[in-house]
Amino acid sequence: MQREEYRILSTTAILGYGFPVSSFEEGMKRNPHLIAVDAGSTDPGPYYLGAGISFTDRSAVKRDLEYMIKAGVERNIPVVIGTAGGSGGKPHLDWNREIIEEIAQENNLKFRLAVINAELPKDMIKSGLKAGKVTPLDPAPELTEELIDETTRIVAQMGIEPFIKAYNGGAQVILAGRAYDPACFSSLAVANGYDMGLATHLGKILECAAICANPGSGSDCMFGYIGEDYFRVEPLSPLRKCTTVSVAAHTLYEKSDPCILPGPGGHLDLTGTEFEQETPEIVRVRGSKFVPSAKNTVKLEGARLVGYRTVSIAGTRDPIMMQKMDDIIKGVKERVEDNFNHSDSGYYLSFVLYGRDGVMGALEPLRNAPKSHEYGIVIEAVAATQELANTICATARSTMLHYGYEGRRATAGNLAFPYSPSDFKAGEVYEFSVYHLLETDDPTAIFPIEYKDL
Amino acid sequence: MKTRLTDIASVIRSKNSGPYELTLDILFNEQADFEKIRQAGYINEELICKLYSVTPDKIVSIVAFPPAKAIKATIKRPLCSGGLGETDVYGAQQHAPLLDLEFEM
Repeated sequence: MQREEYRILSTTAILGYGFPVSSFEEGMKRNPHLIAVDAGSTDPGPYYLGAGISFTDRSAVKRDLEYMIKAGVERNIPVVIGTAGGSGGKPHLDWNREIIEEIAQENNLKFRLAVINAELPKDMIKSGLKAGKVTPLDPAPELTEELIDETTRIVAQMGIEPFIKAYNGGAQVILAGRAYDPACFSSLAVANGYDMGLATHLGKILECAAICANPGSGSDCMFGYIGEDYFRVEPLSPLRKCTTVSVAAHTLYEKSDPCILPGPGGHLDLTGTEFEQETPEIVRVRGSKFVPSAKNTVKLEGARLVGYRTVSIAGTRDPIMMQKMDDIIKGVKERVEDNFNHSDSGYYLSFVLYGRDGVMGALEPLRNAPKSHEYGIVIEAVAATQELANTICATARSTMLHYGYEGRRATAGNLAFPYSPSDFKAGEVYEFSVYHLLETDDPTAIFPIEYKDL
Repeated sequence: MKTRLTDIASVIRSKNSGPYELTLDILFNEQADFEKIRQAGYINEELICKLYSVTPDKIVSIVAFPPAKAIKATIKRPLCSGGLGETDVYGAQQHAPLLDLEFEM
């Protein structure tokens, strides 16, 4: 007798982006074996990983989780969250854990919570480095001990194994730190004997929930079914349809190669994948394969503090000034440098011109060929302290405001400021400093699990 | 007569693929148009280099994905996402040079 399909409800593209209650209820009507959500992304940049702060809003995350956990606990369905707090470091995990504990307490829910840590101790990475088990992901630079020391936080992307271990440990709700995006969806299907290739490919689609439908949405649910040699995806809102093109197109999203998708423990091979329109709303997919690699590796992500930022926002509508802009910027930079040449710390000062290469920068094909009648100007200073960044930004701003460029007619001031105050302290600035692979013998050992009966 | 890419492609977009790469997707409406553009090799290294002011060593790959009627080109970002000098952290507004493309069909 053929087994029933394994059913997965994916609630939203990123935990905290929200979903319509009607879609969630449609999903629950289909009796899911698993309710899961991916909470992570490196898209918002290095700041959130480095600073240990979530890029999603606390109340929004709590709202989404409250629906998921109440329904899951009531009907004894596992609830799995991947990459807590967006970046999946220890502070992100603690932040999300506190939200879950609040939900349990406020709703008087009793369940076993598993929390899986993905932030690695620096000594572990250093030992890996010494043993030759760390390799850069092109074009990241080689890792050094110094760089590890300078890095604020390093996380590793877990695969399916830690999730399965937590599930076997009796967890009703699994909160994971940094995880390979599909793993929170695929792991329990694999634990129940379903195919790894199909489960991983379905996980890749479900991690963005309704983004793979037409019209796409980052804040709606999606439902997945895995059978013996296929999987199916179904939108849960009557507004949306999954089409072969919308689902196949999502497979391309944010990936360099649509056919070979590397992950922990191996890669997903989609060269033989077929997409079939089963009903006007549902797409059936076959032929996706998982190919295990000889060595087990996990991807490391780390960010380090570069300094502190202050920005000033202004504009100009003066065509003479716009023509002379390169000279003006050069002149302002020289004045600032001259003013602070005795300062111990270096600084970074830049001028972004919206209306001239502001969006594409070095990639702009119309570089230095402006047609705008006005420029938006963002003056940015980054320095070792917030005070120095404030000083550099303020000096650059006041110098530019009164800079006497050649041919100037408007002597009262060169800049239109939309705000008072004109300068904004943007705080800590981080950059990605680790983007490497770490070889591990045991795919669970580096991801310790803590259980708590709430 | 030349055909504008915006008349035959329903999706033309850019996005980060990890913090070091930028990937460009063109999804065609019709199988026939996809095949023509693909077989003619219009979307090639030379074109991407010209459109994005980059040298060939910055091109990671240019591949077709028939199930989505799509052609995808990936280049190395000038900076790791969010580094000093960044203009587009998500890489989501780097598609515009593709919008003006025209082809002899």
